[in-house]
Amino acid sequence: MIEVRGLTKRYGDRTAVDGLSFTAPPGRVTGFLGPNGAGKSTTMRMIVGLDAPTGGTALVNGKPYAQHRAPLQELGVLLEAKAVHPGRSAFNHLMALAYTHGVPRRRVEEVIDLAGLHAVAHKRVGAFSLGMGQRLGIAAALLGDPAVVMLDEPVNGLDPEGVRWVRELLRGLAAEGRTVMLSSHLMSEMAQTADRLVVVGRGRLLAETTVDALVERSADKGVRVATGEPARLRSLLAGPGVTVTSAGAERLVVSGLDTRRIGEVAAEHRVPLYELAAESVSLEEAFMQLTQDAVEYQSVDAGRAA
Amino acid sequence: MSASTSTATPPVYRVTGRRVVRSEWSKFWSLRSSWITLGVAVLFLVAIGSVAAALYTPDGPLGGKDADSGAALTLALAGTNLAALAVGALGVLMSAGEYGTGMVRSTFAAVPSRLPVLWAKCAVYGPIAFAAAALGALVSFLIGSAALHGEPIALSLGDAGVFRCLLGAGLYLGLVGVYGVTVGLLVRSTAGGIAILAGVVLVLPGLTGLLPSSLGDTVSRYLPSNAGQSVMTLHASGDSLVGPGAGFAALLVWAVLLLAGAAYRLRRSDV
Ligand SMILES: Nc1ncnc2c1ncn2[C@@H]1O[C@H](COP(=O)(O)OP(=O)(O)O)[C@@H](O)[C@H]1O
Ligand SMILES: [Mg+2]
Repeated sequence: MIEVRGLTKRYGDRTAVDGLSFTAPPGRVTGFLGPNGAGKSTTMRMIVGLDAPTGGTALVNGKPYAQHRAPLQELGVLLEAKAVHPGRSAFNHLMALAYTHGVPRRRVEEVIDLAGLHAVAHKRVGAFSLGMGQRLGIAAALLGDPAVVMLDEPVNGLDPEGVRWVRELLRGLAAEGRTVMLSSHLMSEMAQTADRLVVVGRGRLLAETTVDALVERSADKGVRVATGEPARLRSLLAGPGVTVTSAGAERLVVSGLDTRRIGEVAAEHRVPLYELAAESVSLEEAFMQLTQDAVEYQSVDAGRAA
Repeated sequence: MSASTSTATPPVYRVTGRRVVRSEWSKFWSLRSSWITLGVAVLFLVAIGSVAAALYTPDGPLGGKDADSGAALTLALAGTNLAALAVGALGVLMSAGEYGTGMVRSTFAAVPSRLPVLWAKCAVYGPIAFAAAALGALVSFLIGSAALHGEPIALSLGDAGVFRCLLGAGLYLGLVGVYGVTVGLLVRSTAGGIAILAGVVLVLPGLTGLLPSSLGDTVSRYLPSNAGQSVMTLHASGDSLVGPGAGFAALLVWAVLLLAGAAYRLRRSDV
């Protein structure tokens, strides 16, 4: 479990994270979503104590990360920035981390196999491709068999096979009851991996929601209908809570009724339909709307403060 | 696919000081640069010392001196300054190098209390540098002794103070290794750290000449390089050097000051 409360980080006069609060509960995959520069990486660095917050707290399983006796067993992290010496082999890199906690060599070999690094385990990391480097980072995150796994943009540089591997891995970890949190700036990626979403923009929380709720929210955008008798259909559909707008000579956009009901009404009165489709906003668009809203709120706030 | 271990009960891991030392030990030896730089330091000691002894002639610059002057040790340890550069640079690489590569993020994610890493780096590298340097000094002296056999300045290992000087050379370089680690943590830049260290070892002693002479002499005596000379010189002569005990104490004080500075920076700054 990760609990972030009022977390703030300022670098000089630049506020990277601004009073951020959210929770990543066990057994779920929490997606940490926001455009580039939203403060995701900074938040993750603060959670593992690499950067000190200007304000607020971040707790990992009830305590600040640095106060745990076996931090790697509480939380395994993949950071966005490089965190490996290129001159060391993958095996030696993982062994060096394992020694700090008394993690046995057997476990190091286990995570090497798990990450598919067996063939290159004794090669210098400097010669690794981006994808292999990412796999090594994920292996390191899993080393301590942690209760919380936190990955910053884990699919960066991975091929499609690797992307699928990460997805299945993370879902598996959550199914085992672990807390999983991953960040991304791409909504499409989150929709396929995460169940919960923490959406941030400019360092602030925009929404703490679920993928399903966001899908629902974006789905109800009306139904597009094309017919040869738009005026007649319009009057047939009219009713409380229903709005019908014209979108061209033969086109209507109906909200308040679903495609099924509209189809039934049209069939009953023998109105020919050429097209009947639920107009949905893509998840990507819903995400864009969310982040745009935040930008607006922010300028309002700034106006008020001035 | 499961990420858990095959054991039924979850293992109990824990960070301890000894384990962090073990980790730093493995980090040190798993880099080729460690072996090369350490080898270069020993090579400087042995090669420069033996060549200096081999080139000795009674009518050269050290002519007219007797064994008691410690000239044989001066020759054997002629490579110390260069070896100090290599040893110090390797210390900087161990610490600042991690900032350069980003390894430091992995290191401090595993040991978020941070200070154990500083102690462990010094506990690992200090003794390694000491052992390498003491060995290099011994080999250099033995080769030199063979070359100087029968000369008026010849000394043998059993002569009074000889062993202390060789040990002193090892201690000095071991502490220079610690200086390197701490300076690296203070400046977080390999190039900057090595430049500072080179300045302190090679340039600073010359600059004290710019101070008023009485003050300059006092300061100069306690600089790491001169204090280092004190611990490996048979008889401190004249005003330029303090005794070996005082010299060693000065070296330790420098180490403590640098360790305190590095610890402070480590605790206070973001990684
Ligand atoms: N060490 C730092 N010093 C100064 N500014 C920083 C630092 N780290 C991040 N920032 C700034 O903080 C903001 C958030 O960055 P980051 O956390 O990397 O966002 P994200 O990971 O969501 O893309 C950015 O504007 C970035 O420039
Ligand atoms: Mg980022």
